[in-house]
This record gives sequence, structure tokens and C-alpha cells, in this order.
Amino acid sequence: MPDKLRRDLGLGDPDDFYAALIDSHRGLTADQSLRLNARLVLLLANHIGNAEILDEALREAQHTAVDGAPGPAG
Amino acid sequence: MASYEYPRYSYRAPPELKGETGRRRPVIVVGAGPVGLAAALDLATHGVPVLVLDDDDTVSVGSRAICWAKRSLEILDRVGIAAPMLEKGVTWQIGKVFLHDQQVYAFDLLPEGGHKQPAFINLQQYYVEQFMVEAALASPLVELRFRNKVVGLAPGANSVGVDVETPDGPYRIEAEYVLAADGARSPARKMLGLSFEGKVFEDRFLIADVRMTADFPTERWFWFDPPFHSGGSALLHRQADDIWRIDLQLGWDADPERERQPERVLPRLKAMLGEDRPFELEWVSVYTFQCRRLERFRHDRVLFVGDSAHQVSPFGARGGNGGLQDTDNLAWKLAAVLSGTAPDALLDSYDTERIPATDDNILNSTRSTDFITPKGEVSRAFRDAMLELAADLPFARRLVNSGRLSLPFCYVDSPLNTPDAEPFAGPLVPGAPCLDAPLRTADGKPAWLLERLGGGFTLLGFGAPPPVPDGLPVPLRTLCIGAGHLADIEGLAGRRYDARDGTCYLIRPDQHVAARWRSPDPVAIAAALDRALGRTGPLQEV
Repeated sequence: MPDKLRRDLGLGDPDDFYAALIDSHRGLTADQSLRLNARLVLLLANHIGNAEILDEALREAQHTAVDGAPGPAG
Repeated sequence: MASYEYPRYSYRAPPELKGETGRRRPVIVVGAGPVGLAAALDLATHGVPVLVLDDDDTVSVGSRAICWAKRSLEILDRVGIAAPMLEKGVTWQIGKVFLHDQQVYAFDLLPEGGHKQPAFINLQQYYVEQFMVEAALASPLVELRFRNKVVGLAPGANSVGVDVETPDGPYRIEAEYVLAADGARSPARKMLGLSFEGKVFEDRFLIADVRMTADFPTERWFWFDPPFHSGGSALLHRQADDIWRIDLQLGWDADPERERQPERVLPRLKAMLGEDRPFELEWVSVYTFQCRRLERFRHDRVLFVGDSAHQVSPFGARGGNGGLQDTDNLAWKLAAVLSGTAPDALLDSYDTERIPATDDNILNSTRSTDFITPKGEVSRAFRDAMLELAADLPFARRLVNSGRLSLPFCYVDSPLNTPDAEPFAGPLVPGAPCLDAPLRTADGKPAWLLERLGGGFTLLGFGAPPPVPDGLPVPLRTLCIGAGHLADIEGLAGRRYDARDGTCYLIRPDQHVAARWRSPDPVAIAAALDRALGRTGPLQEV
């Protein structure tokens, strides 16, 4: 496991994964989808385990700003 | 004045209506669109006479299919159409993707040189059809009948009866095989009562051809949620004659009739192009996209090619390019069956090879359309998140999907392939389309590998000429890359084919790999050829 957050492509087939991700939400209500995403983030975070990487991922996700509307950390 | 003058092709009363008995034709093609005409021209190169029937007397109205992929140009080069297409069309290989007014991603479709054909050209469908009709009119083996509308198909054991209506009345003509190339609304499909199942995308797109002088680069530009068309997607793509293709996503609630009207279209285009830029609107249409296919493309003696067999959404340019791969796959097989060198079962491999190819096209264009037109809050949130990350994070750029552009399909699971017996590296597995490479002839002239392969079965040897077996059912040309023969001037042929001295490839007439060896022997070559013709192997065991 690398000790830094990966920025290049790690997924073997990105389109396959994306389709599976969208499919997993099919037929769910907004609340169910929110909870599914939350569970997914927690599962993946536990799998990664490394606190530095998780910290970096949290900052990257918060930082990304579009439309001039910065995230909480921006 | 419009940029293109539509030709009118002349109609003549068919001889069948003057009391002559029509002779049975080996092949009748229904529909003179790009796929039907490509089929006719390809069959003619194999010596098969073809009759093409079309209900109209001109080419495609509106630009319709505009993006022609490298593989299509390679296919059409064999019938002499690629050169005029390249001359008239605009060549491109760079695509850019924008979110709002920021570029998030750019791609290069052909980063590596050493190919005769470019990654893509853009050319209006009417030009492609026009060049094809001109080639067909010049061919002694192709007969074109305009304003001959097929109204009935009567499949029989040994032939198909084709009922035709003309301005002078109806007639019937028999064909051994019928190729239904009559488009997405295929009347032939309805005549056989075949269902055409799939997915309709609940969205509408405005597609416009605009004539203007602009110094935008010749690149594919795609916007998600641009400032000039808030909430939707937009595409700008150059064609020949200073015509630009513009797609704007309108949403499912848009009224297609109303959105077609200039008073609705012009403000949208002015918002995109700028108030001050003069332009003329040449053609406009409002579409809903669909992805669907026939369950099978072969129905005994009637074979469906192109949009009559399958329909895809346009993101990825997989409609016209997919259709040309259909005829490329079918023409040589039909010629081999008609000449008696291959059994009828070879035609079943059209289904086994082209159905997975079609499913791949449908999968890719469905995913692109789902990405571009997300349904529901969660899909949209993921889509937008990906776009937001894409500016800074390379991985996210690979997930942004504004269309996965058409690539030739690799028939890895084909029953016509002979599996490798020795290890090989690289992409040219049995079933793969051949890759081009620059060569030089023994007398010093530049040449291209694909050009040299031609349109028959070819044995391609590296180092030394390959051993040719005796008593083969079809002619087998040999080609040798090595000292005293064709020179691999940049070493690309050797690298792309993972060749060593003695390596040999058996290549099909459609320039897909049938088999390959490190040290070939004539017995193995003859066996692989029989298998590629469906004379032995899985097709015979069914």
C-alpha cells in the first residue's frame, strides 16, 4: 500500500466500476442512497486504514472547489 | 445558399417491368446508405455482383453521421473511398472536456505515429454516400436502382423473393441473400416481424449544423454545464465546408416540435457562439437516443447490417463506424459461401462475431449517455463530483465519460480463430484487427502494411517467406517483411506484431488475425485456413 493518496488511476476498469457504483443506487430513495454512500466511505476508509492517507483524502475532497464555492477547508 | 447541393440520381424503369424475366441475384442490398453501399462495394471487390435497391434518389439529408474512425477509413481504403474522404474531411485527434468554462481534461486519440489513416476524420454523411455512389456507379458489378422501394420479403428455402415498388409499378425479384441495410426504422425488420428491444434514454438533444467562419481548432469540444447552456451538455465539432456540428442537451421535458423552430434554436446558438458571430443554420433536428438491437442479425438468407440490426446513442461515434465493421465482417464470408469455398455455416459466425461487438458498442454508448444525462440526484452528484475532481486528479479524468470513441472490436472468442500454441506479446491476438505500419518495398517505394494485406487471405511472414501449403480451397497470398522483401523501416511492424524471424500470421480478408505461429508448418496453416472458412472447427460441430 502506498503511503500517499493515489492521484493516478488505480481502478482496473474505471467504466466498469463507475457503472457498478451507479447501479448500486438503483431504486433507492435519497435517504437510502445517502446511507449507502456513508457505509461505502466507512468500509473503504477502514480498508485503507492509513491515517495520513485518509487525512489527505479528506482534505482533497473538502478542497475541491467549483463555481467559486469553496468547500469548508477552502 | 446552402453549402451542399444534393445530387439527384436518375431512375430508370427496371427491365423486369418491360416484360423481361429478372434473373436471380446472388445478393440484393436493401438501402443505399453508407452501410449498404459499403457492403455492395466490398462484395464487388470479391467479384460478387450486387443489386442495391433504395426508395430515394439522393444522399442523406443532413450531416447525420460525421465522425469516421481510423478503422472505418482502413475498411473504406480497400474500396477506394478513404482518399476522397480524407481530402474532403477534417482530420482530428484531440478532444477537450470542459466543466462550466474550465477545461478539465484533454485526450489524444492517436499519440503514436506509423498509421496510414488518422484517428478520426469528420465528414458529413452526405459526402460519404456521394463518394460511395460514385464508386458504385463506376463498378461493373454494382447495379444501383433508385426509387425502388422494397415492400415485401418472402424468404424461401433457396432464395428470398423481394417485392419492389417503383414509379412504373411493382415487380418481384429473387436473391440468394438479402442484406437489410435499411436503417434504424428498418421496414425489412418489420416485414420479418422481428422485435427490436433495448433502452430509450429519457432526454432530448438538439443537433444543429451551423455554417460559419471560425478559427476554433479542429478538436472535439465537450462541455458539461457550460455558462451558455446552463444545466445541460454541449458539443462543438468541425465538419467540411465550414460547417460545425453543435449538440445541446435539452432535457426530457423539451417539446421537440417547438425546439426545432428557428426562434428557439437561434438564441441558443447565439448564446454559445456569441452575439456578434455571423452564422447560418443549415440543418436542425431534435433526437431522443436509444440503444437496442435485434436478438440475431442473421435470419437465414436475410442478414441485417448497420442501424437495422442495432442502434446506439451517438456518444462515441459507434453507429456508422459499427455498421461498417458489420459489412467488413460479412462481405468476405458471403463471397466465400456464394463461391462454394465455404459452407453456409460460415455466415453464422457473422452473429457470433458481430453480436458481442454490438453489445460492446451498446455498453459503451449507454455508459457515456448515462454519464452525460444522469438520472436522479445520486447519479448527478457522482458525475459532478468526478468532474470537480478531474481538474486536479488524473484518476478522475479517466472516469469522465463524454463518449468512449469507436475502436475496432477484437473477435477473441470467435470460432474462426486458431488459438495460439506459442507465447506472443502485444495486442494482435487471434481475432484482433491488424495494425498498420510503414514499410518500404524492395525497389525503395514507401508502402503501408494494411494496403499490402489487401482483401483476400494473406500469410504474413517475418524474416523469411512463409511456407505455403498446396491444394488450398482459396487463394492465399504471401507477404514477407524482411531482407530482400518489404522493409520494416521504423521497426513498428516487428514491434506491433511481436515478430521474430520465422513468425507468421494468417490474416483474414477483413484484416483480422486468424492464427499465428513462431515456426509455421504447412499442415497447421492449411488447418487454420479451413477453420477460418468455417470448413472445420466449432461451426461444423453445432
